[in-house]
Amino acid sequence: MDLLNGFATVLLPLNLLFAAVGVTIGTLVGVLPGIGPALTIALLLPITFNFDDPIGAFIMFAGIYYGAMYGGSTTSILLNTPGESASVATAIEGHEMAKRGRARAALATAAIGSFVAGVISTLLLAFVAKPIGELAVKFQAADYFALAVLAMVSVTALLGTSLVRGLISLVLGLFLGLVGLDSVSGQLRFTFGAPVLTEGIGITIVIVGLFAIGEVLYAASRVRNGSDEIAPLEKAPLRTGYLSREDWRRSWRPWLRGAAIGFPFGALPAGGAEVPTFLSYTFEKRRAERAGRDDFGKGAIEGVAGPEAANNASFSGVLVPLLTLGLPTSATAAVMLAAFQIFNLQPGPQLFQTSSDLVWALIASLFVGNVLLLVLNLPLIQVWVKVLEVPRPVLYSGILVLATLGVYSLSGNVLQVFLAYGIGVLGYFMRRYGFPIAPVVLGVILGPMTETQLRRALVISDGSFTAIVTRPLTLVILVLAVVSLVLPYVRRGKKLAFADED
Amino acid sequence: MRPSLRSALAVTAVVAVSACGQFTDPAAGGGSAFPSRNLEIMAPAAAGGGWDLTARAMQAALRDDKLYDKAIEVTNVVGAGGATGLAQLLSKGQGDAHQWMVTGLVMIGATERAKNGSDLTQATPIATLTAEAEAIVVRSDSKYQNIKQLVDDFKANPTSVKWGGGSAGGSDHLVVGVLAKAAGADVKKIQYVGYSGGGETKAGVLSGDVTAGVAGVSEFKANIEAGQMRLLAVTSPKGASDAPSLKEAGYDAELMNWRGVVAGPGLSDADRTAVVALVDKLHSSPKWQETLAKQGWTDFYKKDVEARNFIANETMRISQLVKELGLS
Repeated sequence: MDLLNGFATVLLPLNLLFAAVGVTIGTLVGVLPGIGPALTIALLLPITFNFDDPIGAFIMFAGIYYGAMYGGSTTSILLNTPGESASVATAIEGHEMAKRGRARAALATAAIGSFVAGVISTLLLAFVAKPIGELAVKFQAADYFALAVLAMVSVTALLGTSLVRGLISLVLGLFLGLVGLDSVSGQLRFTFGAPVLTEGIGITIVIVGLFAIGEVLYAASRVRNGSDEIAPLEKAPLRTGYLSREDWRRSWRPWLRGAAIGFPFGALPAGGAEVPTFLSYTFEKRRAERAGRDDFGKGAIEGVAGPEAANNASFSGVLVPLLTLGLPTSATAAVMLAAFQIFNLQPGPQLFQTSSDLVWALIASLFVGNVLLLVLNLPLIQVWVKVLEVPRPVLYSGILVLATLGVYSLSGNVLQVFLAYGIGVLGYFMRRYGFPIAPVVLGVILGPMTETQLRRALVISDGSFTAIVTRPLTLVILVLAVVSLVLPYVRRGKKLAFADED
Repeated sequence: MRPSLRSALAVTAVVAVSACGQFTDPAAGGGSAFPSRNLEIMAPAAAGGGWDLTARAMQAALRDDKLYDKAIEVTNVVGAGGATGLAQLLSKGQGDAHQWMVTGLVMIGATERAKNGSDLTQATPIATLTAEAEAIVVRSDSKYQNIKQLVDDFKANPTSVKWGGGSAGGSDHLVVGVLAKAAGADVKKIQYVGYSGGGETKAGVLSGDVTAGVAGVSEFKANIEAGQMRLLAVTSPKGASDAPSLKEAGYDAELMNWRGVVAGPGLSDADRTAVVALVDKLHSSPKWQETLAKQGWTDFYKKDVEARNFIANETMRISQLVKELGLS
């Protein structure tokens, strides 16, 4: 009944207003490339010092996060310019759908999938947070290394049609991830004496550069060819909403599977939204292939429904270690932890006892945030799709302005803007010569994670590699990785992917 | 529908610009007597971190208690653990009393590593403001009941103890360094696992990755109260209610994670006196005192000459330590 009390708190008109304001601000910043929920919440934090009651602030923050994630998927789908790493997987199929006139369906499956997964994962947060939190903290460095390896090998589906090109992209990402201060030894790597590189190349810079700026340069280079025309929007099937009966049939399972992948990954103390969204994409693609379908890469709705659901579910997952142990596992969670401390609340094992009112109100506000997101954004789809009717030159120059603004406001350093443009030029050439973009992002995220965790494990084991095979949990995960690499070929007796070379 | 999209984008842009407040007056230049124009407080790190919170708290106190009659803006300059911000202050803030920067212990190690020729002592020290002690903890089922047992094992067999804390070269790593030196252990043999922050350090201690964890005292508070971790020692001169300081335990080691404020290099004496006087008023203002209490920051106020000597001593001590730890 604690949860009902939580709802009683949240459903006060003022708090509902905070939720609505949060979702709206969040959607706006999500649309902007580079400015994510963490930065927005950090900037709004000083304003909330003046709130008498922390509940209003947390309700607003939850709204901002959900809104930003949804806003990010909107630009991914319509313009192929994800602003956050969590929206990269959505862009792959989502933009293909938009190019084929199916933007409405893509946005709708993203919105409804986010809602469904958000509700399911919030229920899980409400009822199994404690045991999951205790389980998550059992993972040691060696286990995280194994998990990163599993993620790396099982997302090969992201590599696209040509394995060689996909691997080149991945290696490029791994290299970009190496640049900067090495957190284990404190040494600088590949910075070439440039101070701008000492903190590494931020994932946001990579994404804004490769996607937003690279896409604009590519579009500009082809504007006279006119060969990249976007199909006119298909008529919305009004009776069933934005989704046709067929779309619903193909979406609901990916929503549930996405939620099932997103929540546990978010709950791990090295979690976040990127890995589960990529995994969900891979999973849906593999299923489609096994069923003999080849529409992935050509706008398969499952490739939007799954990752979007996983993305939203991972946020409730991230709150598990935050609320039960005081461990922030994403940038947004870290800022929320700072907010808790300002209101003199110590997230941790005792928070559920000492401030149970607040915890339940926060959980209730997640439900409310999800509902508001759906209510506000479904009608807005009609507005968003109009973006596609904006003349290309105007639209793309607008994207460039916003991307520049986003990168600059993130760092306050014009050199970072140049860096993003440099990466944008790289993104142009990758598009020009048919290299997939998503594996670069994957490399930047997973490379440092794999390396850091392995080296931590080695420090802990005095340099002995046996550490990664003597722990049962580590071994199980590594075996899973091997199986997921080999299984697709064994089961179907299919020729190796090298033979699929185009 | 096109106008509505445009206005949406325009609103977004305005939100972004005004929220970030990073657009500085291009006409700004050094030379004029203080206070004569807008004040710029730089946080040499991203929004939301400790330096940023300090800069914004200073801004709020100066504004709300009406200590400064012109605009005060906070800018964030991200990079190299603060070394990028310092380099910018040194190159663009020459003789300028209107450009302040928040700084702290971590910046000394960062500049030592960045090797871009800048050094915190080149700026004009105004004051130190706050400090937080660091804590050394173990998981509650650890065999170590007190700091002496841990340090004895560490001395006898340095590689048997795995230390966990924030990234290599940061304040947590320095704590292990000063402790090793004070105890006469081999600094080169420290086994240190660098995590990306206090949260990950907690996970590392709880999962059993590391033998002992180091982070700011507030970081471990909830876990200690819940009985998941045991506090062995703190790094302040005086101990906490439930654990001794390293000094009290017999190790001549002390390290406070302090924060302060500096202004551009080469300030005239008149300007420096005026800035110090303003920061003095800031420090005693009700809003600042309220912020200290709210954030749980310990007051660590030293001003002008005292601050200059303190920062010079810390720079020498920490640079030396960073070299000995093999980090530069």
